[in-house]
Order: sequence, then structure tokens, then C-alpha cells
Amino acid sequence: MSAAPHAHDELPEPIPWKTGQPGVVPSLDEPPKPIAASPPPARAPVAAKPPTPTRGPKRAGSGIPARPVIRRLVWLRRFSQVGFFALFMVFLCETTFRGSFAAKADAVVRLPLPVEGFLLADPFVGAMTLLSTHTIYRGLLWSVALLAVTLVVGRVFCGWICPFGTLHHFFAWLLPSPKGRGSHRVDANKTHTYQRAKYYLLYAFLIAAVFGSAIGGMFDPICIVVRSIGLGVIPAAQYVTHRALGTVTDHGSRPIQSAADHTQDFLARTVWESHQFYFHQTWLIVFLFAAVLFANRFIPRFWCRVLCPLGAFLGVFARFALFGMEKDHAKCTDCNLCLVHCQGADSPQGGVKWRQDECHMCMNCETACHEDVIKFRFLPNRASATTEPDTLRRTTLAAAGAGALFLPGARIADSLDVNYHSKVIRPPGAVEERAFLERCIRCAECMKVCPNNALHPAMFEAGVEALWTPILIARIGYCEHSCVLCGQVCPTGAIQKITEKEKLGIDQPPIKIGTAFYDRGRCLPWSMQTPCIVCEEFCPTSPKAIWVEEVTVPVRDSKPGPNGEPPAMKEVHLQRPHVDPSLCIGCGACEKVCPVQDQPAVYITSVGETRSKTNVILLENTNYNQST
Amino acid sequence: MLVRLGSAAGVLAGASVLGRAVWDKGGFDLAAQSGARQVRDYRVALGPGDGLAQLAIARGGALPSATLARDLVGKAVDALGGMKRFVSRGDVVVVKPNIGWDRMPIHAANTNPDVVGAVIEQAFNAGAKKVIVADGSCNDPDRCFQRSGIWRKAYSLGADVILPAEHRYRTTRIKGEVLDEWPIFTTLVDADKVINVPVAKHHNLAKFTAGMKNWYGVLGGRRNRLHQSIDVSIADLATFMRPSLVVIDAMRVLVRNGPQGGNIDDTRVMNTVVASTDQVAADAFACTLIGQHRDNLPYLKMGHERGIGTMYWENLRVKEV
Repeated sequence: MSAAPHAHDELPEPIPWKTGQPGVVPSLDEPPKPIAASPPPARAPVAAKPPTPTRGPKRAGSGIPARPVIRRLVWLRRFSQVGFFALFMVFLCETTFRGSFAAKADAVVRLPLPVEGFLLADPFVGAMTLLSTHTIYRGLLWSVALLAVTLVVGRVFCGWICPFGTLHHFFAWLLPSPKGRGSHRVDANKTHTYQRAKYYLLYAFLIAAVFGSAIGGMFDPICIVVRSIGLGVIPAAQYVTHRALGTVTDHGSRPIQSAADHTQDFLARTVWESHQFYFHQTWLIVFLFAAVLFANRFIPRFWCRVLCPLGAFLGVFARFALFGMEKDHAKCTDCNLCLVHCQGADSPQGGVKWRQDECHMCMNCETACHEDVIKFRFLPNRASATTEPDTLRRTTLAAAGAGALFLPGARIADSLDVNYHSKVIRPPGAVEERAFLERCIRCAECMKVCPNNALHPAMFEAGVEALWTPILIARIGYCEHSCVLCGQVCPTGAIQKITEKEKLGIDQPPIKIGTAFYDRGRCLPWSMQTPCIVCEEFCPTSPKAIWVEEVTVPVRDSKPGPNGEPPAMKEVHLQRPHVDPSLCIGCGACEKVCPVQDQPAVYITSVGETRSKTNVILLENTNYNQST
Repeated sequence: MLVRLGSAAGVLAGASVLGRAVWDKGGFDLAAQSGARQVRDYRVALGPGDGLAQLAIARGGALPSATLARDLVGKAVDALGGMKRFVSRGDVVVVKPNIGWDRMPIHAANTNPDVVGAVIEQAFNAGAKKVIVADGSCNDPDRCFQRSGIWRKAYSLGADVILPAEHRYRTTRIKGEVLDEWPIFTTLVDADKVINVPVAKHHNLAKFTAGMKNWYGVLGGRRNRLHQSIDVSIADLATFMRPSLVVIDAMRVLVRNGPQGGNIDDTRVMNTVVASTDQVAADAFACTLIGQHRDNLPYLKMGHERGIGTMYWENLRVKEV
């Protein structure tokens, strides 16, 4: 394959640019070297047959087609991008429990697929939680595999695998501005200094992790796609579909209604859930997602080049890659065709050094190059490459300082040590709040998998430090008693993989996430002498944490008596609910089903949660001898 | 110039006509508040049925559970004249069990899957074209259907199992005393025959529930308001839904901490199946299984007074098998 045709030898004229000397072009940052880097011309006469003009459009310049292996690799890359994106979407849509006709009644409820797989393979997440917890949690060990891939072939993850990268690749193709053609496009794809930003972000996030915050997960590309598509795009698509097909069903004929119903059945069993999910303040997540995608109009692959900390992490390690680009500047005609489709803005063009840390390994440059300048190969000559990120030392230090200051800055605001918000109710199996913030990367897997739509991305309830971490909003959904799926999909152990036995408390104390309280001024049996106790009916513990007191109380008739007498008094028999705080697990089923619609008469707060030794009510819960 | 004048006049005329057509005078639409009471009646016009029971009680011995349930359902329905009396060839039959809770069969909060299976089998044997099993669950439906064991059982017998989903509900005027307009699970009412297969169990608010309360599963929306007047709403629903047949599962009965239970100690094995065409009488009898009496259950009296059935089950032709 290395013996590609060299039509240069047949060219009638020398190349008269820059030096006037054929073939000899010293690069801008290199002392002039002999042309030894170019392949020996020994086999040139054999390979010198002109390119076949029948295949494809006429190529510019010398018209040499790219090596067949490269053309195949480009197609392989496209298939890989589509395939991995499809796999990602399948995993995302399957991040929900779908029951099965085949499962026995006593079958353990778990997801069949490793739906959090992309996150487990994410070395930025691995490194961040390693720095914050000094451990690698379970499946996150797979991130070493992706690091190994990077050490062999560079940032192929960015160009070949990453679902967010693929989205950007697509939107950068879909959305170029009218200016994004010709020389504007070439300029846009040259290396810019703003690309350093991602390294600074990476260093800031890693230092913040050392201090105990996994805030960097907000910027992890896999977390972003799970969060934005899972909590925004899919529910929105369901909403639109439901409305559209609902209109069809209301007005259509029988066969149309039936087809619409079957479509909805199918979608509910494959893509989304059987009822509409809503997510707390998810507009911000979707808005930022759309904004980042739209930024492709101004800077192609804006996210990947400028902001992505995972790309930066892989870029730092790409310097060890065994596979890379070799450039023969001498042959370059400055046609800049390599830049037209460059994804990483990694300087593939002649005259400057290739930036290995920026390259996505998309192979578009070698495909475009018809002068045989660019060659990807194992153990390349590094004379024409820069392998390390081009960051400035002082800015790096400043970024690291910002990372170090983030945690104290966030903690002195009153959200954790003092004035902890009563509505910060964490999922069952969540570790203690400080350890939780060391681990939670805000990937939203737990919110996506929750069958009752109970888990939501926090806004500022738990402080700026906990933006988009999961909180339970019982008014929207309660914690399903026998469900432990949020822990199953959590990639970092912020929610531990508890079993049903641990959660329900079989032969051990159950896991509590909070405690229920009555607002007797709003409760129907307490304040309006009306029977109700739906809360008691839904209370899932056995014995029930809600018990009722049977009372017979006077109630005034609504109508006035005859002759203007005051309304008569009568007696009504009622069951008035009470909470037993030692039995209440804080699941929120009572709050969810309370018929006082706007502001429920029974509600849960986080106090009494198992994971905390300080957020407690009862004396017996405070067991300081427990190891965890 | 004429063209420009004409087009301006045309746009003005179009806007005026459109505006007049969709003009909203304000106020609330009173038209929507009328409408006749709706009833979904699946009762089968039965002949005199001389000698056949109107309420059949099958009690079992010590056979293994799966066969026992089948046996008891068979005996009870046969005492009423057999399933062929209720299901005709080519019928679409809805079997409505209680799949309300994320509990396993041993907890007796949902209908026993073997009883549901026996009813499905009988319906198919009687010539049903299609048997649909559905319910509107309280907990996560996927969990309820799977862990109740009913999904697997019904599917293995060839029935269509349909989980509740938003698009399957349509607002319907029930026009009861407290239930006016409610979303109805259409899957449960779009059928030729409907067989109610509830589980008999304790209920903390209503004291005892079986057949009539099982129609809560037909409703969507915010069912939590119904409990303020639970007896009237049960009676309203039983007036709205008139099944072809009621088969009450009392194989294992939750006697405390109903309706959800969760503790096996709260259940009692009774190995009993009750079948009837009269949902009030069936409930009135079944409540005696947990030591309740019809006089303590106001919804039975309401049903009786509305003429849905009789709460004096002894007055029917009762057969114990």
C-alpha cells in the first residue's frame, strides 16, 4: 500500500512556489531538511500510471487518489459513527424497565442491557472519580480500555465512537453559515488558540475533583447526550407524537384510530414509556444542548474543538499514540483541500506541524490530499507533528486555581453544612452527601430509568455545586417500593447497587430516603371532616408507616336551618392519619397520591435519611457506632 | 391597480369571514355539561336457567394450587351453566383482573394468576375469538403485570395483555352521583363480553372489596379524589360497568392491611372461588369470608337500591360445589 502512485515524477513543470525549487519546502518551524522523508521513488515507474478518470469526479491537482486503505477506513469510520450512535440510542431507550410476558412473578427486576456502557468506558469520568474517591468504581474499569485504544491510535473515540461527536459532525455538515464555504471554511478549520479552552476546563475539573467535586460531569459529552436526549428530546418527541396522534384518533375513522393506537403502543414499548415523563427545569438542559449544536454554524465541531474535557483528556494522552500522521511538506501545493473537511482543526495542511492532540483521526485529510503529502501510519516520523497540547503555563495554573477554589466557594454558600434544603431527597442507595458529590457526574441515567418519573435534575435546591444531580420530587412521582434500578445504572457509585432485600429491609433496617409529615391544616380528615386516607392505602411498608385513628367528630351542615336558624351540627366518623417515623421510609407515595392537588397535605422531606448521620430526627437513628 | 385593489379587498374579506367564523363571545361552554348517563352493559340475556345456580361457591381441598384454581373456576362456572352460556363463538372477551399493586401472588393483593388463567382458558374453550387482559394499575404497570404473574400466565394461554398507556384513555360521561366525566381505559370497554375477575380482600377505607371496587381499574386520571366518597363512587362505577360474569378469587385472601398488603402473615388460604352474574350478590357473599357483613358495606346497599343486583344473596339460587 505504501507504493502509491507518484504522478509527481511525470509532472512536466517543477513547483515554483515559495522557494522556486522543486520539492524542497522547509516547514515554518523546522530547519530545512533533505527530502529523505518522502518515499523512495524506486517503484515509481511501475506505479506511475495515471489515475483512472472513470471513477468519481475529477480530482484537483495531480489527481492522485488516496490509498485504498484510507478510503476504506473513511467509510469504516462513517459506519462506526452511525453504528455507535445507534447503539447509544438503543441503550438510552432501553434505560427503562420494560416488563416481560416471559418473566416469572418472582424474577428479579433488572435491566437486561448494560445501558450505562458508554459512561463506564469514559476515562474522564474514571479519572475524575479516581481523584475524588481514590478508587475506580466497578464497571468504570472499562475506561482503561478506552485509554488503551487512545494510546495506540489517538483520539479515535472522538472521531469514530463518541455519540456527541457524531452529532456535531452531522450538525457541522448541516448548519454551515453562508460564509462557511471556500476560504472561510478553510480558515475555520485551521487551528485556533480558542481550542486551548478545553484543556483549561479539563485541568480545572480535575483539580476540583481532587478537592471533592465531580462537577466536571456537567461537561462530559456522554453525560450531556444522556441528559439532553434522555430528559429533553425523547420526552418532547413523545409529547408531540401523543398530541398529533391524539388529534388523529379524535377525528379519524376506525382503521385510522386503530393504526394510531398501535403506533403509540409500539412507541411506548420501544422508544419511550407508557406515560408522559416530565423533568424539573429541563428547559435549561435542552436549551444548552441546542445552543451547543447551533454553535456549529460559527465554529465547526464547536464542542469537540473548544469545550470537550473528555476530548482534552484523550488529547493529553494522544501524545503516546503509536499511530499518527506523517507529512511531506515538500510535496504540498497549499491547495488546502485537507482543511475543507478537517474535523479536529489539527493543522493537516503543509507548512505547519500536525497537532496530534487535536486530531480526531477521521482520515478526511488524507482522503482529500491528492499530492501525497499526508500519510497516516504506525510509528510515524514525528518531525512534522506536535504531540502535546499547546497550552500556556500561566493560564493552566489559573485554571487549576479556579478548580481548587470552586469547592470552598460552593461550600461556604449555605447549601450543605448548614441550611441543607429539606427537599434534597436523594435516591435510595445514595451515599452520604459529601461522598455523593464526589461521585455524581449528573449523567441522568437514574432519572431516565426511574419508572415513576420520580427523579429529577436539581436546579439550585442543593446549591450550585449540585446542579443537575438527582433529587426526588414526590409530587411528580414516588419511589417505587421494590425498585433498585437507579443504583443499577449509576456508573460511579453515587447510588450504590443495593438489592431489594437491603432496600425493603428484609432481616435488616430498610433504606430510608426521608420522612413524611402531615399538614393538618390541609388534610381532609384533619381539617375538613372528610374521609380520605388514600395515603394510608398507598403506604407500601408492612406494617404501614401511616396508621389511622378512628374518631367521631362534629361537623356543621352546609345549609342553614329552617327560619334562618344556624346550620345544624351532625356527627361524622373519620379515620385520621398519623405517621410512624420509625417505619416511614420516605418513598413519597403518600405525597404523590394526596388529593389536595396544588400543595399536598402530606409531604416528605429528607430528614431521617439512612445515608446521613446528621440529618436525623429520632435518637435511635443516630448510631455513631456504625461503620458507614 | 385593479389587481392590487382586488387582492387587498380579497384579503380583507377573507379575514372578516374567518374572524366571524371563529369569533369567541366569551363565557363558558354550557353545551358540554349535558349528556345522557352512559352504561357499559355486557350482561347476557339468560333464559330461565331452571335449576342452574345464580351464585356458585366452589371450595377446594388439598390439590396443588395451579390445578386447584382451574378446578374450582371450572366447577363454579359450570354450576352457573358453563362458560358457553356467557361467551359466544367469535366474541372479543375482556378479562379484568385486579393488577393494581406491585405485589407477588403470595401477597394476595392482585388476582391469583391461576384463577385468571382458568377464566381465559374457559373463554377460549367457549369459542372466544380474542381474550384481552388489562387493568389500570396503581404502581408501575410493568412491575405490577410482571410480578403479579398474570402477564406470563395470560400470554402463555394466548390472551392479549394490554398495559395501561395514556393514549388508551378517553374521557367519557359516566354521569353518576359523584363520578361525572372521567377518562376511561377504552381497552376494558371495547369488547363483546367483559368478565370481572377480582380478588377478595380487606380494604382499610371500604372495609372489604372485590367485584364492584375492581372497576376502579377502568378509570384513569386522579383517582385519589374518589376516596372522599368511596362507597358512592364504587356504586357509580358498578352502575356504569355491568359485566357478563363475575368470578371472585378467594384462593388466598388478604384479611388485614388491605388493599396493598405486602405481608404474607396478613393473608389466609381459603381456596374458594365465587362466580355469579350478580356483582352485588357476589360481593355480599364474599365479604363474609373475612368476617364482614353487608350491613357494614354501604356500597352494597347503594348497589342494591339502584337495582344493579341484590345484596341478599341467600335469595338467589345458591349452589356450593
